[in-house]
Amino acid sequence: MDPKLQKVAEVWERDTAIVEGVDISGPWNRMFGQRVIWDYTPDLIEEIAQLPGAESFAWCYQCGKCVPVCPVDVVGDYGPRKLYRRAQTGINLLDSPDLWLCTTCANCLRVCPKLVDMVQIMPAAREHAMLTGRAIPAELQEALENTAKYGNPLGQPARKREAWVKDAGVPVPILHQIQRPVEWLWWVECYPSYHPRGIDASIALARIFNALGLDFAILGREEKCAGDSQRLAGERGLFEMLAEENIRTLSKYEFQHIVVTDPHALNAFRKHYPKLGGQYDVWHYTTLLARELPKLQPLLTKSLPYRVTFHDPCYLGRHNGEYDAPRQLIQALPGVEFVEMLRCRENSYCCGGGGGGMWLDSFAAGHQRRRLSEERVLEAVSTGADTLVVCCPYEVSRFEDAAKSTGVEGRLRVRDIAELLAEAMGLIGEGAA
Amino acid sequence: MTIVVVMEQVPDVVEELAIAPSGTDLDRDAVSYVVNEYDDHALEEALLLAEATGDEVVAVGIDTTGELDQALYTALAKGARRAIKLTGDFEGTWLSTRAAARLLVPVIQELEPRLVLTGVQAPDDLDGQLAPTLAALLGWPHASVVIGSQLVDGALQVRKELWGGMTMTLELELPAVLGVQAARQAPRYVPISRVRQVMREATIETRDVETSGDLAPAIMRLRFPEEAGQAEILTGSASEIADRIIELLRARGLL
Repeated sequence: MDPKLQKVAEVWERDTAIVEGVDISGPWNRMFGQRVIWDYTPDLIEEIAQLPGAESFAWCYQCGKCVPVCPVDVVGDYGPRKLYRRAQTGINLLDSPDLWLCTTCANCLRVCPKLVDMVQIMPAAREHAMLTGRAIPAELQEALENTAKYGNPLGQPARKREAWVKDAGVPVPILHQIQRPVEWLWWVECYPSYHPRGIDASIALARIFNALGLDFAILGREEKCAGDSQRLAGERGLFEMLAEENIRTLSKYEFQHIVVTDPHALNAFRKHYPKLGGQYDVWHYTTLLARELPKLQPLLTKSLPYRVTFHDPCYLGRHNGEYDAPRQLIQALPGVEFVEMLRCRENSYCCGGGGGGMWLDSFAAGHQRRRLSEERVLEAVSTGADTLVVCCPYEVSRFEDAAKSTGVEGRLRVRDIAELLAEAMGLIGEGAA
Repeated sequence: MTIVVVMEQVPDVVEELAIAPSGTDLDRDAVSYVVNEYDDHALEEALLLAEATGDEVVAVGIDTTGELDQALYTALAKGARRAIKLTGDFEGTWLSTRAAARLLVPVIQELEPRLVLTGVQAPDDLDGQLAPTLAALLGWPHASVVIGSQLVDGALQVRKELWGGMTMTLELELPAVLGVQAARQAPRYVPISRVRQVMREATIETRDVETSGDLAPAIMRLRFPEEAGQAEILTGSASEIADRIIELLRARGLL
């Protein structure tokens, strides 16, 4: 036996024990005995922490602040602290369903004293799992293959990306057709281009832009997915391919700013395209419309008798710091009564769509008591609101589905801010032109 | 030992197809290509076999589209050791299955594989003739509509689909040719970063092949299917619907 351990054995739970002149008598000196944790090796933690970007996985000191704020733990058994602990006890994150449950919402990072950053750890671990030949959930695989093939996760033809424009009822200039500089390049993104409810919001936004006299144009069929959620799902290579193609396309045209519908695109353009050579002045449409409020306000003529609450998108709020613009727009709506949910702003709940969650819905649902989107619509209903307002294109379909599956469909409608603004402007709905 | 997978690219029908002004071909500028989905399954089955036995998978294709590299790089990224592309005077033609088999046989013979896998059918081979034609030209045994296989002690067992939900397991002497309907598991995902790494580091072997004789069927005219008739949804009670069906059948002289 190690002579030092011999010394420990001698004092083990002695009534009187003096070691090197220090009195450590009493039962508490069992701390010198072997504890359960010694049965495990740090190998599985190190396997993750050695991946570029995932270093902070090893910094966790198990304080547990992350767990109660984790939206996945609310409906399941999850949280960064738990992942670390599971790795200690021999569960390999790379082979565990846990690998796919994080939505990279960043609420854990907000409270973590050690800056354990799941927003970087998860993509690195997921990429490593893919590169080491581990199977990925089938629904995610399909979305990634679709994105690689068609430039959108829905598997829709690239040429149909601009098809919604013909239903807009107002001019939506497309850059490859107009061949002139514009002030605002509107990055429409995938769901607002292809998904029926996304298209509703795009049409509303196009009409608002026209009513404001904004000099804008879209890329249409030349636009490809900005790729941020694919990156967070572990597909860095796919993200880089998309970013390179998009940067090449953007370099053909003259514009001053980009306005995006999708907070995930905002995040990609702000934080990740610059590293690949794409530097742009990028705005979320709520930020742009809030700036235009002096012009917008007089156009909001129709009173909307709704009690509304607002869901902060993770990638607009926590990730990019914009909490006020959507609220300014909602409060400018005549007739609307605005109530906050308990979990709002910095502590907003997550719809479950981020970080690849959009394409892991069935998989995640199999590991949770209820979907994150279902948890959120129930919270919205609990405020007494009849309308849940959103401004991220993942959310309309997620929350509408959740309202159906939780049986609150008749009590809660889900509307993009653009839809409510257009309605108050008389641009959509009854009596619209 | 070697397992050969024969792969083909076909027009992607997610994108709308357009007919070229000549009226005898698709508008190739507007067409994008994807790997024939059954070939993707053949590759997966080959990789699963090779992982169990240590065999080497070689992907082979005839480049009729000028874009086959992408498919072959993806095969390499998934785990194929070599990729061979046949080029020649046939780019931009729709090779007949027989002509394709004739072009492939010399390469297969040179590789001396113990197994050749390809998709059970393709949009330009709806009768599933490629695997049997290759087998006939090589003089090897063949099975098609294969949905699983294993190599045990040098013997090949394959499971193939019959009809009415029946399957059959048979043993084939090697070398053999398989037309694969579905791999044992869904084709694997390969991250784009791996494909891009392979594109930088690996080489596709190119063989320029001589061609002779008729390569492709002569297309006289290409057109979209014409819309014929419309579906009518019958509503009402069961007896009302039954009356309506009888009426419709009588009107067509079928009753």
